[in-house]
Amino acid sequence: MKARVYVTLKNGVLDPQGAAVQHALGSLGFDGVDAVRQGKVIELDLAETDAGKAEASVTQMCEKLLANTVIEDFKVEIL
Amino acid sequence: MRSAVIVFPGSNCDRDMAVALERASGVKAQMVWHKDASLPDGLDVVTIPGGFSFGDYLRCGAIAARSPIMRSIVDFANKGGHVLGVCNGFQVLIEAGLLPGALMRNSGLKFVCKNTEIKVETSNSPFTNAYTKGEKVTYPIAHHDGNYVADASLVERLRGDDRIAFTYMDNPNGSTADIAGILSENRRVLGMMPHPERLNDPELGGVDGNKMFTSLAESLVSA
Repeated sequence: MKARVYVTLKNGVLDPQGAAVQHALGSLGFDGVDAVRQGKVIELDLAETDAGKAEASVTQMCEKLLANTVIEDFKVEIL
Repeated sequence: MRSAVIVFPGSNCDRDMAVALERASGVKAQMVWHKDASLPDGLDVVTIPGGFSFGDYLRCGAIAARSPIMRSIVDFANKGGHVLGVCNGFQVLIEAGLLPGALMRNSGLKFVCKNTEIKVETSNSPFTNAYTKGEKVTYPIAHHDGNYVADASLVERLRGDDRIAFTYMDNPNGSTADIAGILSENRRVLGMMPHPERLNDPELGGVDGNKMFTSLAESLVSA
């Protein structure tokens, strides 16, 4: 079973990298990009075969390591 | 003062830290590898040095904060032990939950390597009692992720409890409230981005950094 984790900065946390990407897109002529937020995607191969258990386990992984919940939100997808 | 320096793959200020500790206390610091499960007995202070532990993978300090030795360091701190984290060490202490807030990418996105003037905000701690409150010192910084993030309620709590140890005179990284270093609730854990251990020899530009280590050595005279 595979899982995909999306880690993004919480709303309200300034994202200097996203702001730089937005600026660079503007320089390339892509107008109308109102905001850019940069995050991470983490893919996991799991031995677990039960989707519910896999999701619970990956959620714990996010809380303990994959995301810094002070400044980041995460979303878990079981594939 | 019996001290230890924790060494991770990618630490690069560990020897400077050991020299600074030995010069102030007259006792050799013990180097402890991150895979060790326990700290040496009888330590007064554990230091986590600067560097790029585990290549800054995932988030700065995140992997180091989950290494075997960190469980012992958290126990040591919870029992009232003194812990100093500088630069990457500060990032590790935050990732390990020993200090609040977060350290993000510098607001200017660049790695900043220069001397910075910082202000001592409190002399009420074992790390800063040799300084005078309001005193200004110039310490080197060298980091990419030193932008201290704290919400308004945390900043208020840190201020109210006099836990902001140092602030930047000219904020180099976007840190909230110009914060350069903070103390734990019991004032025995200090995390800071500037490097006092890099300023302990006239040949290297000065000895201003000694004050941090003489503060510690005088506070923690071994029985």
